[in-house]
Amino acid sequence: MSQKQNRTLQSLRVLTGIVLITWLVLPLVPLAIWSFAKGWYFPDILPKRWTLNAWDYTFSDTAGVLDSLWITIWISLAATGLSVLIGVPAGRALGMYKFKGKELVELMILAPVIVPGIAVVLGIHSIFIFLGLNNTVTGVVLVHLIPTLPYMTLVMSGIFANYDPAYEDQARSLGASPLKTFWYITLPAIMPGIIVGGLFAFLVSWSQYILTLLIGGGRIITLPLLLFNFATSGRNDITGAIGMIYILPGIIILLLTAKHLSGRSGAVGGFGQI
Amino acid sequence: MTHVSIQNLSKIYKGSKTPALDELSLEIPSGELTALLGPSGCGKTTTMKMIAGLLDPTSGDISFDGRSVLNDKPENRGAVMVFQNYLLFPYMSVSENIGFGLKMRKTDANDIKKRVGEMLEMVKLPDLGDRKPSELSGGQQQRVALARALIIQPEVLLLDEPLSNLDAHLRLEMRDLIRALQQEMKITTIFVTHDQEEAVVLADKIALILDGKMKQYDTPQAFYKTPIDEATARFFGCHNFIKGKALDGVFDCAIGKLKIPKLIKEGQGTLTFRPENIKITKDKTKENSFGAKVSNIIYLGTQTRLKIKLAEMEFDAILNPNETAGLAIGDDVFIHLPSEVLWKI
Repeated sequence: MSQKQNRTLQSLRVLTGIVLITWLVLPLVPLAIWSFAKGWYFPDILPKRWTLNAWDYTFSDTAGVLDSLWITIWISLAATGLSVLIGVPAGRALGMYKFKGKELVELMILAPVIVPGIAVVLGIHSIFIFLGLNNTVTGVVLVHLIPTLPYMTLVMSGIFANYDPAYEDQARSLGASPLKTFWYITLPAIMPGIIVGGLFAFLVSWSQYILTLLIGGGRIITLPLLLFNFATSGRNDITGAIGMIYILPGIIILLLTAKHLSGRSGAVGGFGQI
Repeated sequence: MTHVSIQNLSKIYKGSKTPALDELSLEIPSGELTALLGPSGCGKTTTMKMIAGLLDPTSGDISFDGRSVLNDKPENRGAVMVFQNYLLFPYMSVSENIGFGLKMRKTDANDIKKRVGEMLEMVKLPDLGDRKPSELSGGQQQRVALARALIIQPEVLLLDEPLSNLDAHLRLEMRDLIRALQQEMKITTIFVTHDQEEAVVLADKIALILDGKMKQYDTPQAFYKTPIDEATARFFGCHNFIKGKALDGVFDCAIGKLKIPKLIKEGQGTLTFRPENIKITKDKTKENSFGAKVSNIIYLGTQTRLKIKLAEMEFDAILNPNETAGLAIGDDVFIHLPSEVLWKI
């Protein structure tokens, strides 16, 4: 590669980096500042007075933020766990076997990604009324599976498409029971898929708003719902504080996966790839 | 030491009308090394998987020492299969791979370590225990796969194309190793191959399977000397056939009267002889000699392949290059077919 090309490529990388930071990181900065501000008015670049009031309130019992945090974590973990339990066998079937109507099944699994959630959830709402699942955590977890399952299944079907089931035959032949074969042979082989698909599922569930709002019926207040409440009521400081908590799993997962995806340690290594 | 008996074994895959394997019956004496030989898709790997328990037969029975094993799960069957592409578990070291079968049997960890060490010595890889399979050559992977199967001292060892992925020089080495280990441990061994050479060099006995049916079950020598039919002879590289009638020690056919061994049954049939058993002579008076024309010559270094035209028929001959020196296409020669090499099918 010539030096000129090299320099062009280098400046392109810098540009991409700047765009990414402007889009992903910059919008969060005012949010962070708001959470420590005691009034922040135009045309001030920074607030004149700082305070921890918003954070105090956020962690107080009256705000309900912590309750909301726990229920959000619980719902996301449950949705992720169920996604793994359903997505792994579904991905295996789609990735490894040919069967009648496979295209249709693939389309059905992909559909929730294409069709807007609100269209689907209205139908589900009436079914859940019948089943008594509205306004319950179970109902919310179940409805979260609509957007999380496609990701999990797609990731797993990709993993299984490159997976040789003959390893399982070999293990059986060497004396492993079906359970031990899964534990020692299949699971290590598909673990990267489970991790990546699981993280996706967790984040997708974590950021659900409409589905939670409709099925939870205002009784199940997850973090995004709470965030929206404060945002619309004009409490920018508390919105900022909750927002900071809300983006935490995303950042943690980014740090974890950056190591996985880039093959280096930590997010700094990931930045080196830009 | 296990006697393996296969009775009327058939397999018809779902959605397929023709059986992958059709009524195979086979008795494999304990401690012997038997080859299932046949072209790809003839049902031999299917047979192996059924013996290993990885596939259920449509009908028929498999028994070890007279006891049917069809209801035994693969992990309890005592038959271990070594796959063609070795299938070493990539996340485990060589030692962990070899010790896998013992670990599944809940053997004591120290005992596993000791026996893995012995096994590594046996397959001549004493220093490679800590490596990952991806760091090994094809030949080394094959040895590890073999060690992993042998460590659990199976009743029956099943090898899927054990030599096919190896270079020519490694093949002989691996052949000797497999034979030596098999003889030492006296494990009844069945292997499948599409390569007749592989079957001949390795096996005590060969079962030839064509189109899902067993053609002949015999010693390697018999497939060359006394093939059961044309297809069998062809599979072993013999394309010399003459139709005619045997009577009173003489075979009467288009090229003339041939003296044949007394053992050959009388009646209509096809006479066959190996290309390497044709002799070229200058002497016409010898019995079973005929005038012929050379129609093609291919020089292969250690041998020369001739095509010889005789009575509107073409025959293959394989000769020592010394005997064919100075020969050219179109030359008139005499061919001699010694009566002891003739066989009627």
